[in-house]
Amino acid sequence: MTAVLERIGFVFLHMFEETGLWFRMLGQTFRWTFRRPFEGLEWLRQMVRLGIDSIPVVVLTSLFTGAVLALQTYIGFRRVHAENFVGSVVALAMLRELAPVLVALMVTGRVGSSMAAEIGTMRVTEQLDALQALATEPVQYLFVPRVIAGLVMLPLLTILGDALGIYGGYLVAVKLMDANPVIYQQNTFQFLSMNDLWSGVIKSAFFGLILTLTGCVRGYYTSGGAEGVGRSTTAAVVEASLIILLADFFLTKLLF
Amino acid sequence: MRTEDEMTRPAGRTLEVSMPTPVISVQHVDKTLGGKPVLRDLCIDVERGESLVIVGGSGQGKSVTLKHIIGLLRPDRGHIIIAGQDICAMTERELNRYRRHFGMAFQEGALFDSMSVFENIAFPLRRHTTMTEAEIRARVEECLEQVHLPNVEGKRPSELSGGMRRRVGFARAISLKPEILLFDEPTTGLDPVISDVIAELIVEMDQTLNTTTISITHDMKVAFKIADRVAMLHKGHIVEEGTPEEFQRSANPIVQQFIEGRAEGPLTE
Repeated sequence: MTAVLERIGFVFLHMFEETGLWFRMLGQTFRWTFRRPFEGLEWLRQMVRLGIDSIPVVVLTSLFTGAVLALQTYIGFRRVHAENFVGSVVALAMLRELAPVLVALMVTGRVGSSMAAEIGTMRVTEQLDALQALATEPVQYLFVPRVIAGLVMLPLLTILGDALGIYGGYLVAVKLMDANPVIYQQNTFQFLSMNDLWSGVIKSAFFGLILTLTGCVRGYYTSGGAEGVGRSTTAAVVEASLIILLADFFLTKLLF
Repeated sequence: MRTEDEMTRPAGRTLEVSMPTPVISVQHVDKTLGGKPVLRDLCIDVERGESLVIVGGSGQGKSVTLKHIIGLLRPDRGHIIIAGQDICAMTERELNRYRRHFGMAFQEGALFDSMSVFENIAFPLRRHTTMTEAEIRARVEECLEQVHLPNVEGKRPSELSGGMRRRVGFARAISLKPEILLFDEPTTGLDPVISDVIAELIVEMDQTLNTTTISITHDMKVAFKIADRVAMLHKGHIVEEGTPEEFQRSANPIVQQFIEGRAEGPLTE
């Protein structure tokens, strides 16, 4: 019994420790963002890597999510003769929930993991020590450009995901289920407000911060050679995904 | 008109001008890592222009000592005085200003593998000087010539041999014309001939650049070649120090076992 309690206590302590560390690094990242020199080129490079290079993944994910959502709701709604609302449901679900979360999870898998692996490899090959020895603060040089890229590019990718999801739904409803294209388009935008768009976009900025910072922190605190890099990469994806899903609920509840 | 030195050296005070003696003073430093005491009451002084080599077996705290001197690690107890300033009391920003006067060459080079050789050497110049792109290019070429490695600017670190990576690491370390040079195991993993070439290069750099140098190694041949003074680190503190000749004549059985590379003796008991 004592051993079980000890184990539970250890898990909770570890969780508090990790949470404290995450927020400490968030504070440091914020402080170093406003200090010279500004790494403009590195900011742009990370934006391309996180944003532009993620477009194919976002296109496929959003298009097919919108398509399958339309397919499922059409089948269900037909039973109660509510097919006309499929467009509204797809648009609302994509804008408020699916595009922000799915884009964030896909980018976490693609970019968050590579950030942890890259910075982790720099740690085990002493490149982070070399950076410091060259009077360069790793948080400023590595964390800041990545976090900025997450904050800027995730909302943009989410807007792209919104549009493609709605278009995917339209294609399935109109081309596959023979819905009237004019009525479908009218219903898609009839019940939407700007708040639906902004709620998803603001959430996605938080998700961008979560996935980049988690990748950076996991990489930065890597130890134990190649095996350690593997552990950090896995932890970065799992932790960022979990935090995104938890944050999604609380942000939706609190803010919108 | 700026002199060449003014262009290359970062803004801020020059250690050399006001350096009291000793330039580096490690005073009663203790450090525990992962629950294991690594440094215990470590004391070392390094005079201006001196080449100190710290020798010792694996896991005795050599690299940890070097990382304390450049401020990558902070001691649990004790002080590290560089040019009269206690770096343990400095903030990270103050420490960064001091680090610009250091050049450190890492064990495997620690080159940034996302950058070319040119970008690696130009990195500190771009960040800490006001040099133009043409001046940076000229300085990178000069540094590569100093380590006898011309025409590799465009290569990636992964395309270089172990010895070449070390030399590029040296070139990057001297790019800001530092007053203090630190070498972490400069010849580990290299064949005896390349090790000797690297040792000669360190001697040459030490003489031409007029720096204070601290090297750590467990290669005694290299140590005797590059050292003005040799110190042996064992169980986290210095057990012997002296000129290479004095060190070789030491009556300390730990030192003799290490120099001779014998399996039997106090080091393995």
